[in-house]
Amino acid sequence: MFGFEEIKKSFLTSLWFMFLTFPIMVIRVNTVQNIVEWRWERMFMIGIGSFFLSFLWRYLLERKELGQKKADLGEVDSIPWNRRIAREPRFYIPALIAICVFVLVFPFTFSLYQTTIMITALIYVITGLGLNIVVGLAGLLDLGYVAFYAVGAYSYALLNYHFGLGFWTVLPIGAGMGLIFGILLGFPVLRLKGDYLAIVTLGFGEIIRLVLENWNDFSFGPSGIANIPRPGLFGIQMSLHQATIYLYFVMIFLVLVTIFVVRRLQDSRIGRAWIALREDEVACQAMGIDKTWTKLSAFAMGATWAGMAGVVFAAKTTFINPASFTLWESIIILCVVVLGGMGSVIGVIFGALTLILLPEYLRAFSEYRLLIFGAVLVVMMVFRPGGIVSPERRIYQFKGTAPDKPKAEASTPG
Amino acid sequence: MLELKNIKTFYGNIQALKDVSIEISEGEIITLIGANGAGKSTTLMSICGIVPPRSGEILFMGKPIQDMAPNNIVSLGICQVPEGRRIFPFLTVAENLDMGAFLRKDKDEIKRDIEYIYELFPILAERRNQAGGTLSGGEQQMLAISRALMAKPRLLLMDEPSLGLAPLIVKQIFEIIKKINTENKTTIFLVEQNANMALKVAHRGYVMETGRVSMSDTAANLLANDEVRKAYLGI
Repeated sequence: MFGFEEIKKSFLTSLWFMFLTFPIMVIRVNTVQNIVEWRWERMFMIGIGSFFLSFLWRYLLERKELGQKKADLGEVDSIPWNRRIAREPRFYIPALIAICVFVLVFPFTFSLYQTTIMITALIYVITGLGLNIVVGLAGLLDLGYVAFYAVGAYSYALLNYHFGLGFWTVLPIGAGMGLIFGILLGFPVLRLKGDYLAIVTLGFGEIIRLVLENWNDFSFGPSGIANIPRPGLFGIQMSLHQATIYLYFVMIFLVLVTIFVVRRLQDSRIGRAWIALREDEVACQAMGIDKTWTKLSAFAMGATWAGMAGVVFAAKTTFINPASFTLWESIIILCVVVLGGMGSVIGVIFGALTLILLPEYLRAFSEYRLLIFGAVLVVMMVFRPGGIVSPERRIYQFKGTAPDKPKAEASTPG
Repeated sequence: MLELKNIKTFYGNIQALKDVSIEISEGEIITLIGANGAGKSTTLMSICGIVPPRSGEILFMGKPIQDMAPNNIVSLGICQVPEGRRIFPFLTVAENLDMGAFLRKDKDEIKRDIEYIYELFPILAERRNQAGGTLSGGEQQMLAISRALMAKPRLLLMDEPSLGLAPLIVKQIFEIIKKINTENKTTIFLVEQNANMALKVAHRGYVMETGRVSMSDTAANLLANDEVRKAYLGI
């Protein structure tokens, strides 16, 4: 029950907050007039504010626990809203149409700035979906993911600089370079597990960045490479605005391709092997799954998408230097996957859009924006630890009486 | 069918198997009994190639397999039910069974085998959409056995199927083991702590002590053997 006890606790919390913030919020020394101002009304406001926030926090936690208990007892009768939308055609068809229309008109109705940040968000969708293969499906914690992203970006920048190759030529080359680097790194490190793997990949990410920063003859060092051309369309001259809109649609296309491929992979033999590997390695070996090859393929596939996204990134910013490929980027991409929901394609898309667009739209709050951003992350992880959209368990449909033929997912061989 | 010749297996510097030789012929149920740490599970791991032996020979149908990778060994028809069940906890029962058939490509056969499994263990049919981790211990063991059967093994290796189960369930599991052997002609190599139960279903048995095979005989003889009775049956 939610009663007096909670109110008392919230009250004590508010008292504690009033005490804590007293020196900075209430007292102000006016150095000009040499007087001390006492701003008691602020203390009052903090008291009320923290009381309600604390109460809300407790209330939500309580609700969540109640929900958990119900779920444990199997008492949940209503399917969560997101599942319901995904399952019933009368919900998801209009939703799908709305999303399509929005995506199509977006660059024409919103400003150039909006389109640009949307392109950035879409790049993160691709990298997120790529990392989702490694972290979400295969369960390999990769903290150096941005290295492959850098490989892709520099592939385009350097191939263009030296040989004048265009965006569309380099796109597959960049993906291929990612693949090669993924395999190169994968071979030595995939014997490691969990934390150790994370540390090694972290190191690898830093090595790539440091090499790019210091090998002046090769990568032009910290000054980077400028004047990288945007993607071309049969050599047509485009204004900045047109080029951005074109890039936006290129991104939409690439995102759709990525979603398609990732979903197919997920349902394939190799996808099932990844998921099984995440759950139990010994059992996997006992089932005849080649552990090394499966891990390596997950790693390489993830790196491929990073390489591709890197090419797009270079084309979008037209200038790259090693500062774009720091550990922070890896962490953001990892946050996209974890916050969105590990192993869920829609979740990762949501995660990318939230994590990348939120800080942009929070610019209005200027100096508080990272604070709000952090608070959102904490609240999300407390109340929805599985991510915004936790991956849906595959449901087997049976018609008639059991034992029936299960609609086996084996119908999509890899 | 399977022959182990002077197997020596190490974990780092520690020798777990000191010269183990075992022979299994087609259609048999062979049991390997022994105390904790005798090397029973290691023997299985060596056969599977997960912990390959440092010296000695393992012949399966006359072919040496000791240097093969675990996945290639499975594709020859040797499948393990690992110790402690090790089902995939977040995959559903049906998905777990699917994983068992990972190396197979004959879809219709797989479907038929799934039906056979559901006949063998009706409780699994009931729970096919439930995550493996939510099953009880006995059900998980049934799932682990079923998953291994989905690989259509010629030789089924079982590591302590009775571990942590109630006596009634243990009895049921052993009945199933016998059934699998007689119905499918699957050769079974059974590693057990529960010597009494194991010797009752097996044709022949091996007794292991600190990395060595100390005794081997027919199961009936071992059950009657004074030493075995004292050491492993507690009689």
